[in-house]
Amino acid sequence: MTGTGVGPVILTLDHITVAYESEPVLRDVSFHVHSDQFTGIVGPSGSGKTTLLRTLLGAIRPQRGSVKPRPGLRMAYVPQLETVNWNFPVTVSECVLMARTKGRQWPRASKADRADVTGVLERLGIGEVADRHIRQLSGGQQQRMFLARALLSDPELLVLDEPTSGVDVSTRHDMLHLLADLHEDGISIVLTTHDLNGMAAHLPHLVTINGTIVAEGTPHEVITPDVLERTFGARLEVLEHLGMPVVIDDYHRISPRAAS
Amino acid sequence: MTSTLLFLDSLTGPLQYGFFQKGLVVATISGALLGFVGVYITLRGMSYIGHGLSHAIFGGFAAASLVSASFIYLGAGIWGVSSALAINWVTRRHRIGADAAIGVITTASFALGVALLSRFGSSGPSFDNALFGSIYGISADQIIMLIGVSVATAAFVFFRYRSLLFTTFDPEVAAASGVNVARTEAILMLLLSLSILATLTVIGVTLVAAMLVIPAVVARMITDSFGRMLVLSTAIGAACGLTGMYLSYFAAVPSGTMIVLTGAAVFCLALAWQGWRSLARTAGLDDHHEDTVEAAPSTTRST
Repeated sequence: MTGTGVGPVILTLDHITVAYESEPVLRDVSFHVHSDQFTGIVGPSGSGKTTLLRTLLGAIRPQRGSVKPRPGLRMAYVPQLETVNWNFPVTVSECVLMARTKGRQWPRASKADRADVTGVLERLGIGEVADRHIRQLSGGQQQRMFLARALLSDPELLVLDEPTSGVDVSTRHDMLHLLADLHEDGISIVLTTHDLNGMAAHLPHLVTINGTIVAEGTPHEVITPDVLERTFGARLEVLEHLGMPVVIDDYHRISPRAAS
Repeated sequence: MTSTLLFLDSLTGPLQYGFFQKGLVVATISGALLGFVGVYITLRGMSYIGHGLSHAIFGGFAAASLVSASFIYLGAGIWGVSSALAINWVTRRHRIGADAAIGVITTASFALGVALLSRFGSSGPSFDNALFGSIYGISADQIIMLIGVSVATAAFVFFRYRSLLFTTFDPEVAAASGVNVARTEAILMLLLSLSILATLTVIGVTLVAAMLVIPAVVARMITDSFGRMLVLSTAIGAACGLTGMYLSYFAAVPSGTMIVLTGAAVFCLALAWQGWRSLARTAGLDDHHEDTVEAAPSTTRST
């Protein structure tokens, strides 16, 4: 799997500092997104993961530094499920169709638009819920619905905020495989997560962050006790399982040797 | 048979009066327009802004009436649009919350209007009429303005349907997807101001906010689809305007009061029909906007 970023750079964050009020959330962060990127941004709560994504999307202007997307870059964003107003009166197909904001935007969708919505929903395996209200979906279906909305705009760069939070293990696994397939289809992907082990198993490139970038590289380069301690502020043990690093976050409880 | 004839007679009887015909047309279109715009306002959690803007426009109404009766609507319009854009600007800059911005800007404007009218009187519509609405003295210009605003609002929604829906549902993602959210929100505020201004005469300052909210909330209780909510809210607003105007005529009370009371009765009927659980659907109508405001960033750039 590629994804560590060897293709052309499509977006650059150059020494950015972002602050809410006077307190910096991100300090002197530089980050390149390549056309073949598949990167997970990992860090504790409040470390600036979502702020980094929002800066990358242009939703936040940094106090210092610059954000330089390639001219004409098509980006799409999948928000955290927790931030969505689930009482908003939209059906799944209405929600997905929102992304078609170029050209004709009449209330009644064109035949081509309807076909595209049906196509993307079926591609993601949720074609049968097109007419349901968004609250009537499971967590996995909700996540796929927003992914469908993002894909409808034919993005070159897909940005996802915590796509694996709030869903069960199986759904999380499916979601990461789905993203890997999309990456194989040529979409550059950047996502945030708390899920260290899921990222280690599925993503080729990780960035750890805690106000600034602590480390980046392959899972083997990044998921080490030293990097994790600098990122999370606590010592975490890392084991090797089937060739992948696995983080043990309660090492003393499961390891009699460590407990002694 | 006799009772049917009597009923029909009571419906057609008032139509012999020109002022009632105009009032009926204006009330129906006003109800439809406020119901239509109200969908976006309530879903954005901005119900309070309708209340605030109507009061702000009253200030402009009073100030302009002191200058010249012929500039009342132009003056009130400029005042209202300025207030709306100021609230939008303050809210987007996130220096203070939207509710606080509305509270400061619009109540000050209303207080100024009351003070000016009390001190200097008015060469325009009476104080009570402006507050509670009246079907008397509706001019052809007012009808043309109402129709113009309605057509402009419908055209904006028709041609920018998805951008507006996207911005209403999730402004941050909409912006990331290439929608010009700031411009879309500014146009919506402009149309809201013009809608309030155009309906002020019939509905009244103090009651116009109710007609922005009630039809949209009732429609939300009935449907889960945005498209159907838009149609239903418009139809409910129009029906309330029409029915309220007749009731106003028969009860000899200000038109705005009966239009709003009709809306309240429709709300009760919808509640009885759909049950208390339908209210849960409206739970997100008051917090969505504030969530995005709180999460929003500083916008100062200094590279």
